Amino acid sequence: MQSTLKNMVLVLFLITLVASAAVGGIFKITEEPIAQAKAAKTKAALAAVLPAFDNDPGQDTVSTVVDGLPVLLYKATAGGQLAGYAVETQTNNGFNGKVKLMVGFDADNQIVNISVLEHTETPGLGSKMADEDNKLIVSFQGKNPADLKLAVKKDGGDIDALTAATISSRAYVDAVERGYKALLSVTSQQEAPAATITTTEPAGQEGGDNE
Amino acid sequence: MNKLQLITKGLIKENPTFALVLGMCPTLGTTTSAANGLGMGAATMFVLILSNIVISLVKNVIPDKVRIPAFIVIIASFVTVVQLCMEAFVPDLYATLGVFIPLIVVNCIILGRAEAFASKNNAFDSALDGLGIGLGFTCSLTVLGAVRELLGSGSIFGARLYEGDGMLIFVLAPGAFIALGYLMVVFNKLTAKSK
Amino acid sequence: MEYFVIVIGAIFVNNVVLSQFLGICPFLGVSNKVETSLGMGAAVTFVMAITAVVAYILQHCVLVKYNIEYMQTIVFILVIAALVQMVEIILKKMSPSLYQALGIFLPLITTNCAVLGVAILIAQKNFNLLESVVYAVSLAIGFSLALVLFAGIRERLELDDMPKAMKGVPIALITAGILAMAFMGFSGLV
Repeated sequence: MQSTLKNMVLVLFLITLVASAAVGGIFKITEEPIAQAKAAKTKAALAAVLPAFDNDPGQDTVSTVVDGLPVLLYKATAGGQLAGYAVETQTNNGFNGKVKLMVGFDADNQIVNISVLEHTETPGLGSKMADEDNKLIVSFQGKNPADLKLAVKKDGGDIDALTAATISSRAYVDAVERGYKALLSVTSQQEAPAATITTTEPAGQEGGDNE
Repeated sequence: MNKLQLITKGLIKENPTFALVLGMCPTLGTTTSAANGLGMGAATMFVLILSNIVISLVKNVIPDKVRIPAFIVIIASFVTVVQLCMEAFVPDLYATLGVFIPLIVVNCIILGRAEAFASKNNAFDSALDGLGIGLGFTCSLTVLGAVRELLGSGSIFGARLYEGDGMLIFVLAPGAFIALGYLMVVFNKLTAKSK
Repeated sequence: MEYFVIVIGAIFVNNVVLSQFLGICPFLGVSNKVETSLGMGAAVTFVMAITAVVAYILQHCVLVKYNIEYMQTIVFILVIAALVQMVEIILKKMSPSLYQALGIFLPLITTNCAVLGVAILIAQKNFNLLESVVYAVSLAIGFSLALVLFAGIRERLELDDMPKAMKGVPIALITAGILAMAFMGFSGLV
């Protein structure tokens, strides 16, 4: 077809109009399922990292900022008693950037489990942080971060790093540490009620020796 | 050319990866496992078929000089549609393929087929062409993904075939180039014989 | 210090071509001669720097502001297509010889995934304006570096005797693999 300024402008305008209308329409349709998929993922991660709970932690959240990065805390309760906190924490120090974790603490600040929400680490090396029972998770499980030296063994800490993935492991530890700091700052603000519910000293030396 | 040929030519004779060497970025970037290759191939095929159909339908009303921008807008809309649908219904695959989903837009295969085929043929043939080329692309990606997964992590489609870590290099960047290079050698050798 | 990390990271550690697989088409297509690959590198650097600025402004002043981030792909690709057209016109006027050497690959910058990739990565990484430009230019330098290195190798490969099935693209890919391995040595640098 011959090109004149008029028909070029008109046709391009029409095509862009139809295209954006179509994309806008699809966006409206998929908005709901996308939100649901995200919520389902968060819910699955919460169930995986927290001790047994019967409330909806998604309804009871506190957001805070530690060292410039946002951290989100989910409070879980069982039968009205504090069961623990799940902390959605992140770091930008991963091998390829952002690593996002969900760290579950029980009422005594012991780490129950950790789930990787988002990462772009090298497949086969750093990506092992998302595997079940990897060295990193095992180093943290059942421990209170207050009793641990939060650094990989290579840097003189207590955490077993993933083989050949020191940078990814450091990022993981960094994210957990950030989550723990957020937990401390939030629980210390609510010290009085927290102490009455748990009856033990939160973050105290005894907390780690309970096992 | 009969209809069947339109579909089958994409597999060998005009295989987008091995014969035409187009769309290398997603080919290398997303094939860390057979399943990822398959997912990327399917997403590309979907965009390819739909954009081929639409472009062949509107080809007569588009002025020549703005042909390419018009095609790109059409392709980009379908890519966004695929992106939104994947995020909604297969979030895990969406997270793995990452930046390569929006990059389907700049996959030379799609614009190439729009220009070379869809802008000259009717909608039905264009759809078949999209299906054929898309299948060829998907097969290549799946094969490459399977080879890399087998050598690199010792499994295919997640099913473990041998113990241990495998040759990690094949999951990493260099392995992508090397595996594709050698697969291409094999492809050339086989097609040279059949000629 | 932070900018230094961005620069080294983008050029060596996460080289666009050799570790992020963006811009492979021109990488394989124009890397036959060192001279043309330099030209291509320059064109891409120029386009990328402008794209970074434009993409940053669009992302923050239009897409986020009006909550239409899902239109990102369409908006970015259109802007890039227009930019490339502009570079083409400028080159045609300013340097006809370079224009001829780059031939059909200039319009192909539109479909160079590296350029769109940069726009999207910048939007994802939440860089500020200056960081975005530094990042884009560093990536483009990394791209040019890989392209020129590779062209140097390929000029010699042409003269080598090898099985017929390996000639051309296959051996180029295998060479690129070895080059990528060499670049892996940079990982852990930052």
